[in-house]
Amino acid sequence: MDAEAAKLLGAGMAAIGAGVAAVGVGNVFGSFLESALRNPSAADGQQGRLFIGFAAAELLGLLAFVVAMILIFVA
Amino acid sequence: MAAEDGKIDPMYQFEVQTIFEGFSLGGQQISLTNSAVWMGFAVVALFIFMRGGMKRELVPGRWQMMVEGFTGFVDNMINANIGPGGKKYAPYVFSLFMFILFSNVLGLLPVGVLGLHPFTVTSHLTVTGVLAIISFSIVLLVGFAKHKLRFFTLFVPHGTPLPMIPFIFIVELLSFLVRPFSLALRLFVAMTAGHILLKVLAGFVINSANAGAGFGVFVGIPSFTLMIGISALELLVAVVQAYVFALLTSLYINDAVNLH
Repeated sequence: MDAEAAKLLGAGMAAIGAGVAAVGVGNVFGSFLESALRNPSAADGQQGRLFIGFAAAELLGLLAFVVAMILIFVA
Repeated sequence: MAAEDGKIDPMYQFEVQTIFEGFSLGGQQISLTNSAVWMGFAVVALFIFMRGGMKRELVPGRWQMMVEGFTGFVDNMINANIGPGGKKYAPYVFSLFMFILFSNVLGLLPVGVLGLHPFTVTSHLTVTGVLAIISFSIVLLVGFAKHKLRFFTLFVPHGTPLPMIPFIFIVELLSFLVRPFSLALRLFVAMTAGHILLKVLAGFVINSANAGAGFGVFVGIPSFTLMIGISALELLVAVVQAYVFALLTSLYINDAVNLH
């Protein structure tokens, strides 16, 4: 396979990582909402933890994006 | 956007351009760039915003309520995460939050219609990296000044079994050292990705309209509708990323102040 083609294929495959991170972020907010509706009075106190979980899940998806950008523009 | 043979380059918006040549210092060219100008805009906008809300009126008007909303928000965050010892870090976290928020939002402004190209300062790793390094050095300085060498107990959580201590120490040390990178990378990549997405969609609109009326209606108009939605999403991301940066900074400062 041509090296250039392999690079672009790899960049495309990195998009899988972004999709899986979307599942993670959805899981974070979904679980939060599920339990917030069970006990709304405790929900406000957990907002910080919600965003920490969101940041951790999102970072991994963004890393997939960085891999794609490195493959296209740097490598 | 540079249009060379009909292709629209979504990376052109991130190019740092020299506006004023400046002078050379130790072999390095020190010049005024669009990045510096937009940082200046963010600072001036922030200054005007804060100035208008700090008149200390007994009955606060709308502007003062807006400013107090922001200060109260950061104050609550500090209180919840650091506790009573965190009051003195509130100015730093507040400046960080407001600067990132203002430069994120300024980069999204539709001033392109006036011929002025908005430049998102936070879409460059150099800028977010410096912000992250400042946060990280505050954590190190406060930690070592307050706890001396006992700061290293941060890397060994309470109740770790004795044979596990070397492994846990290495893992915790690695996760501690990775913090400034993850902090800087998150903000930089989130802003970059959003702006690339917007410019790619804008390219769809322009190119499909140029290709003919049929393409314009069936590709251009849906893309444009999607762009409006994504712009709203980007505004949300701009606020959330500023919040996450400030939140994680306050958490890291909490580690240094309270040591688990």
